[in-house]
Amino acid sequence: MPDPSAPPVLRMVQVGKTYGATRALDDVTFELRRGDVHALLGENGAGKSTMMKILSGAVMPDSGRMFIEETPYTPTGPLDGLRSGISMIYQELNLAPHLTVEENIMLGREVHTLGWLKRRSMKARVREALEFVHHPEISPDVPVKRLSVGAKQVVEIARALMNRSRILVMDEPTSSLSQEDSLRLFEIIRRLKTQDVSVIYISHFLEEVQKVADVYTVLRDGRNVGSGTMDGTSLEDIIRLMVGQAFTEMFPRIPHQRSGVAVSMKGLKGVRMTSPVSLDLAKGEILGIAGLIGSGRTELLRTVFGLDAVEGGCLVVSGIETARGTPWARIGQGFGLLSEDRQGEGLALALSLADNITLSRFTPYKRYGLLRVGRQMKAAGEWIAKLKIKARSPAQKVLSLSGGNQQKVALARLLHQEAEILLLDEPTRGIDVISKAQIYEWIGELARQGKAVLCVSSYLPELLGVCDRIAVFHRGGLVEVREASRWDAESLMAAATVGRASAAQEST
Amino acid sequence: MSGQRKGNLQKALNVLGPFIGLIFVIAIFSLIPEVQGRFLRAGNFKSVATQSVIVALGALGMTLIIISGGIDLSAASNIALSSVITAYAVNAGVPPLAALALGILTGGMVGLVNGTLVTRLRLVPFIVTLGMMGIARGMAKWIAGNQKIDAPMTWVNELMAKSPRPSWLLMAPGVSIVIIFAVAMAVVLRYTVFGRHVFAIGSNESTARLCGIRTNRAKILIYTIAGLFCGLSGVMEFSRLTVGDPTVAVGLELDIIAAVVIGGGSLSGGEGSILGTMIGVLIMSFLRNGCTMMGWPNYIQEIIIGVIIVVAVTLDRLRHRKES
Repeated sequence: MPDPSAPPVLRMVQVGKTYGATRALDDVTFELRRGDVHALLGENGAGKSTMMKILSGAVMPDSGRMFIEETPYTPTGPLDGLRSGISMIYQELNLAPHLTVEENIMLGREVHTLGWLKRRSMKARVREALEFVHHPEISPDVPVKRLSVGAKQVVEIARALMNRSRILVMDEPTSSLSQEDSLRLFEIIRRLKTQDVSVIYISHFLEEVQKVADVYTVLRDGRNVGSGTMDGTSLEDIIRLMVGQAFTEMFPRIPHQRSGVAVSMKGLKGVRMTSPVSLDLAKGEILGIAGLIGSGRTELLRTVFGLDAVEGGCLVVSGIETARGTPWARIGQGFGLLSEDRQGEGLALALSLADNITLSRFTPYKRYGLLRVGRQMKAAGEWIAKLKIKARSPAQKVLSLSGGNQQKVALARLLHQEAEILLLDEPTRGIDVISKAQIYEWIGELARQGKAVLCVSSYLPELLGVCDRIAVFHRGGLVEVREASRWDAESLMAAATVGRASAAQEST
Repeated sequence: MSGQRKGNLQKALNVLGPFIGLIFVIAIFSLIPEVQGRFLRAGNFKSVATQSVIVALGALGMTLIIISGGIDLSAASNIALSSVITAYAVNAGVPPLAALALGILTGGMVGLVNGTLVTRLRLVPFIVTLGMMGIARGMAKWIAGNQKIDAPMTWVNELMAKSPRPSWLLMAPGVSIVIIFAVAMAVVLRYTVFGRHVFAIGSNESTARLCGIRTNRAKILIYTIAGLFCGLSGVMEFSRLTVGDPTVAVGLELDIIAAVVIGGGSLSGGEGSILGTMIGVLIMSFLRNGCTMMGWPNYIQEIIIGVIIVVAVTLDRLRHRKES
C-alpha cells in the first residue's frame, strides 16, 4: 500500500490548453501517488488525451505547472518525458514491427562496447524483464510483427521497465485484448505496483477500472469534475460524473414516419467484426448506433457498404439478398457512406467543392465522356446554398474550409448522390454547434423523405436527441436495440462500457 | 498443423527465395544446349563476377539506404562523377592511390550532401536524390568538358582485370574488394548499434526517435556511407574503361535498386539484407550474361529483367500478406 504521507510522484497544477476556440483543458489539477493505479475517466473529447499529451511532452500547455517528485517538470518533447521516467503505452503501439522483441526492448539503450553490440547480455536482460512481467514464453528473437496485440503490449511494458520508468500511462490497454490477456495485464499491473511504479490508467471499460484502479479522476469538458478512491464509489456515481448535468442542447425534430424495411442485416459478419449482427433498418427511420471507439460500430458500417469483406450472413435490400458487395455496387443499390475519417477518406481535400459533391454521381454532367463543368458547378452551387456551406465558390478547394463546412460537403455528396440508405459515421465529430444543429435538421429531413438513416455516434445527447431507435455495441457485439425514448444517457453509457443494458441497476 | 508447416515453408522461402532464384537462372542456362558449354565454365563465372562489381558496390550502400526507408536516385550519376574525378586526377599526374582516394571521397561528399538535405530540409529522399541525380551528372560533364578524359594506364586499371597479375588472386581485385566490403557491411548491420538503428529507423522512424535514437545523425551517416560506396564504384568504372566518361552508367541506379529489391529489400523500409542484395546483383548479371550468349538482343534482356523484378516483389508481397 502506498504511503499517504509520501510526496506525490506527479503533480499537475492548474494545467490549461486551448485549441482555437475550444478549451481542451481548463485548469486541471491532478495528483499521482507512488505505487497507485490512477484511473483517468471521461467521455471521448473530455480532455484525457490532451492531458496525457501534455504530460508526455508532446504538447505544451498554455498555463499551469507540473512537478515530478516535487521538482519542476517542463518537457519540450516526448524524449524529455521519457527521460523523466514517463512511458506512454498507446493504443496504436509504438514498436518497430520488423525488429525482434529484444531489439525493440533495447532500442536506444543498446549495451555495447565501441558500437559493437553485446547481444548475449542484452538478451539476458530482456529475458529477465519478460519474466518479471510473467511472459517468459515470449521469445526475444521473434520479430514483433508476428506477435499478438497482447504480446506486443507486454513488449511495450517491458521496454518501459527497461527505461526505469516511474510513471506508466496506459491508454485503453485492453481495448483490443482478449479476456485472458486482460487478466494477465492486471496481474502485471499489480506487480508494477510492488516496484513503486505508478500507473495512469485510461479506459472506458468501467468494471475493469473498478477492479484494477485505486483512485480515479473524472474529466468532463476539459475540467476535473471529481476525484476519489475506488473503494466506496459505485459505477453510477462515476457514470453520473462522466455524463454531467441535463443536456441543454436543442435538437430540431422533424416529424417522420417509419414505413417498410429498407435494409435488413441477417447474421452479417465482416472480416473485422468479432460477432455477427442482425438488425433491421426501416425507411423513414433514424437508427442510432452507440458504443465505444473500437466496439465494432464503424466496422459494421464498412461491412454494409462493402469496404470490408463479408465473412458470413447477408444483407437484404428491397427484398433481394446480397452477401457480397463492392462500394460501387452498394452505391448502385442506394447506399451512401459518410466516413468518420473526413480528412483521410471522406473527402478529397485538394479537390474543389464541386468535384467532392458530385464525385459519387458524375452521370448528369457527362456527355460523350467529357465533363460539363458549368453544369457541375451550378449543381454544386445549389447544394452549397441548401446546406448553408460557407464557401466563396464551388471551385474552391475543400482544404480551405472549416471542419463543420467540410462535413457539410461530405453530407452534400450523399444528398446529391440521392442515396436512399445513409450510413453516417460520426456525422458531427469535431464541428461547431451551429453546423451540428444544421446537420441534425438535415438528418430529420431525410427521414421525412422516407430515407433510411443509420447513424454511428460517440456523442450520446445527439443519439438521444435525433434517433428513433438506438442500438448499443460493446466489444464487437450488439448488446441491445431499444426505442430511443427507453434509453437515457446513463443506461447507454452503462451498456457501452459494461456490455449489459441493465448493469447500472445491478451493481448497486 | 498445416498452418504450422506453411509458416515454416514461408520462413524458409524468406531466407532462400532469392537464392533459389539464382540457382534457377543458372540451371536454365546450363540446360540450354547452345550455351551449356560456354556458360558453365569457370572463366565465364569470373567474368560475370567482374561485370557485377560496379552494381554490387553501389548496391551495398543502397541496401543501407533502403533498409532505413530511403532511396537514392543519384547513385549512378555519383558513380559517373567519381569516375570522372578519378580520371581527372590521374591525368593531372596525381599519384594513383591519391586519385583513387579522391574519387571515393567525391562519392562520399555527394552522399553527405544528400543526407544533409534529407534531414535538415526535411525533404523526401526521392526528391533530394532526384535533384542530385541531375546535379552530379551535370558536374561530371562540366569537369570532363563534355567529353571523355583520357588517363595514362596505372595499376588502378588492374583492379578490374579479369585475370589479375599475381595469378593466386584468382579473380579481379575488384571482386575481392566487393566480397570484403559485403562481409563488412553484413557485420555492421547485424552486430553494431548503428546497424540496429538503421533497421529501427526504416521500420518505424517515430518510435526510433522516441527511443532516443539520433535519427538525423544516423541518416546522414547512412547516405554518406552509400556515397562512399558509389565513389568506390566510380573508381572501378574508371578502372574498367581506362577513361573518365561522364555519360557512363546512365540509368544504372535502377539496376542497383532492383538488385536490392530482388534480394528482399522493401521500399517501405525495415527489411533487406546484404546477402540478398548480392544474390540480386548476381541474378541480374547471370541473366545478362546468359542472354548475351544466346545471342538475344538487348531488349529481350530488358524485358526479362523487368519481369523478374515484378515477380520477385509480388512473391514478397504475398509472403507479407500471409504474415499479417
